[in-house]
Amino acid sequence: MGELVRLSGITKYFGALMANSSIDLKLHAGEIHALLGENGAGKSTLVKILYGLLSPDSGEIRINGEVVTLSSPREARARGIGMVFQHFSLFEDFTALENIAIPLEGAVADKALREKVRAKAEHFGLAIDLDRPVYTLSAGERQRIEILRALMQDPKLLILDEPTSVLTPSESEALFKTLDKLAAEGASLLFISHKLEEVRRLCTAATVLRAGRVVAEADPRAVSARELAGLMVGDGVIDLRAAAAHSYGEAVLECTKLTVEAESIHGVRLSEASISVRAGEIVAIAGVAGNGQSELYAAISGEGGTVTSGTIRIAGRDVTAADINARRRAGAAFVPEARLGQATLPQTALSDNIVLSWHATEKIGGLFIDKGRLMDVAGDIIQRFDVRVPSPDPLAAQLSGGNLQKYIVGREVKRNPKLIVIDQPSWGVDARAATHIRQTLIDLAGQGTAVLVITQDLDEALMLADFIVVMREGELSPAQRVHDVTREAIGMMMTHREHGEGAHI
Amino acid sequence: MSFHLALVPRRTVTPLRQFLTPVAALLVAVLIGGAIVALMGKSPVTAFNVFIREPLTDPWAMQEVLLKATPLILIAIGLLFCFRASRWNIGAEGQFLLGGICGGGVAILTHGMSGFWILPLMLIAGAIGGLVYASIPALLRTRFGISEILTSLMLVYIAEFLLDYLVRGPWRDPKGYNFPQSVAFSDSAVLQPLFEGGRLHAGLVLALIAVAVAFVLFRRTLFGFAVSASGDAPRAANFAGFNESRITVLVFLISGALAGLAGVIEVSGQVGQLRPGFGQGLGFTAIIVAFLGRLSPVGAALSAIVIAVLLIGAESAQVTLKLPFDLTRFFMGLLLMCVLLGETLNRYRLEIRRDGA
Repeated sequence: MGELVRLSGITKYFGALMANSSIDLKLHAGEIHALLGENGAGKSTLVKILYGLLSPDSGEIRINGEVVTLSSPREARARGIGMVFQHFSLFEDFTALENIAIPLEGAVADKALREKVRAKAEHFGLAIDLDRPVYTLSAGERQRIEILRALMQDPKLLILDEPTSVLTPSESEALFKTLDKLAAEGASLLFISHKLEEVRRLCTAATVLRAGRVVAEADPRAVSARELAGLMVGDGVIDLRAAAAHSYGEAVLECTKLTVEAESIHGVRLSEASISVRAGEIVAIAGVAGNGQSELYAAISGEGGTVTSGTIRIAGRDVTAADINARRRAGAAFVPEARLGQATLPQTALSDNIVLSWHATEKIGGLFIDKGRLMDVAGDIIQRFDVRVPSPDPLAAQLSGGNLQKYIVGREVKRNPKLIVIDQPSWGVDARAATHIRQTLIDLAGQGTAVLVITQDLDEALMLADFIVVMREGELSPAQRVHDVTREAIGMMMTHREHGEGAHI
Repeated sequence: MSFHLALVPRRTVTPLRQFLTPVAALLVAVLIGGAIVALMGKSPVTAFNVFIREPLTDPWAMQEVLLKATPLILIAIGLLFCFRASRWNIGAEGQFLLGGICGGGVAILTHGMSGFWILPLMLIAGAIGGLVYASIPALLRTRFGISEILTSLMLVYIAEFLLDYLVRGPWRDPKGYNFPQSVAFSDSAVLQPLFEGGRLHAGLVLALIAVAVAFVLFRRTLFGFAVSASGDAPRAANFAGFNESRITVLVFLISGALAGLAGVIEVSGQVGQLRPGFGQGLGFTAIIVAFLGRLSPVGAALSAIVIAVLLIGAESAQVTLKLPFDLTRFFMGLLLMCVLLGETLNRYRLEIRRDGA
């Protein structure tokens, strides 16, 4: 098969930070090529260069042998490069068809376009109701709109950034069929993922990046997932240590038949959700994104949501109507999903960011905030939780995702909570930091803390938790011992719909 | 082939750049201003002397500058609390007027009396007047979700009409030949000069105290932290458990009280009676002052002086150069634009890019 795109010697610096260094990459027609690497390895920079969002400092891009400069996504699209981003860029209140029409030059959502889109969707097996507004659609359906939108331009190369992170296992399978068909028709696909099993199932070639350089090219079908992980991380993957055997204590968090109204038409209503977490126990809530996890986190932490019935108790105290600080006083600590702008103030020093979650329960000064104490605490957290900092007391936004998450977890753990609730502990975090955070949680449970983990990453749930609960459409399944369940069974519970597609309007 | 400009974020901003940017902005504004004056057929050099040099060198004019800066500092310090919290109080002018009306009301009702208690009572009445008036947009926002931008602005016009009504009606000076103004305040109701023969009064001292208190509040206290946090990242403030409504109300009350205090200081120290138009738009000008000072207390004090220089310069420019007073408003706008642009160029680099092949 012919070579379609060739990148050679691509180098890109952000100030002193090297994002890409002399990267060579060849993409052939009909190939599904995996781009692997930890967060921060330079994958995003590279595909942004390929899609015209960034210009490289040096190196050249050839398409069909011809040297090109791509200075905007529009130009990249004109050259036959399409991209499906990890975060969707759809207008919630517009229909699928309208969303597809928007970026197409000169197109309106009329009959002619509908016919074209329908034919394309049918050809590639993308089931979409074109007239439903986007806010009524699941993540999988939304992604199909994004893909269809890219396909309307007949791309020769389609870049997909972590496309399966929001999909259920069966939705992923459907996506793979579409991608296989695209490749069979001669398109080239660049597939970014950190789920190595699916890379091995789907891709025919792989390039591994580490610290901005190509460290390996491999045939993913010929090597094991563990070997691939080793290539990504470098000196071997670190395994989690189980906590010493310990027994569970009293329930520290008890949610009983919790019903919370949806905040907006785009939100999810929690209905009669019950869950309890005992001292020394790790419970994971697994589920596909957007099934009410954010709402459940907010209801438990007290950050949002109107509880219409049911109760929340923390360490025996009824906190259903209490604010987040009363819950902290009862012994809880919370790690929200968004690191910047929720867990921390981005443009504020790490030391000052301690104030956010400490001011209600810990001594941080009297009339005046004790800056010296904050600096000491920050220094402690940085050291104890292995936070890599560019300067002694940097702004939160200056840290990488993984280091900031370690700092945030450290800040909460240092309060010695009886309960810690953590929403997406390792989302967008590099493998090393993710392992560090997971180990911290395991150790914490070993010392008798109740740990509730909300995660979209089923593997994470299975490797961390003692008990697993599945969340779907605002409802929680009963807790099941992790040793008693299989991946497949949990996958089924995440997706199984009792009412069928028709009821979801 | 065509070109377009792109803003590229800078990774780091050096302290030297931080310092030089406002200075450069000031210089650019002066140059553009000079060019405009030249286009109007006047000498830019003379205009520079009248507008900037004289107010800063002549002792009498210097005093006037500080007198003019006093209400600006007080109002701007109050506005800092709102603006840092991203609550948009546009109605400081109305709170300023209400402060003058309430404080001036005390002076009118105690007319002819004397006593050390009259002035403090006036100041307190003025602060409370502004505070109560500012509580209206705050409560409308927290209770009903109504935009505080619109309500606070519209309340300015109501305050203006209230003042108009009072000085034409119940509070009109019976011996004032039907002019719409109140009686001249008794001596006990007038802020006396700090120095023999000068005009500076205690208002400036109060303004400087406000600067110092605001500085400490923002630097060192949980309240200042909460205000800034709720402006920078509302979700993080929510995570910290800072009550959004309470912050909204508090920053409006502080802002209103300081604007009200400025109002009573203005009528007691400068005007000596109530009359329409004593506000002179200072409540709006203070918005520029707050932003010119990059929402920092010390910056607000400095920029209040810069703006006061322009305002005093404009008064003499009207007389000596026959330049229209509106030119000053233009200069203020120009200065603000230059500073905001400078701020942007501080954080971003301008890059020229080629479009398409």
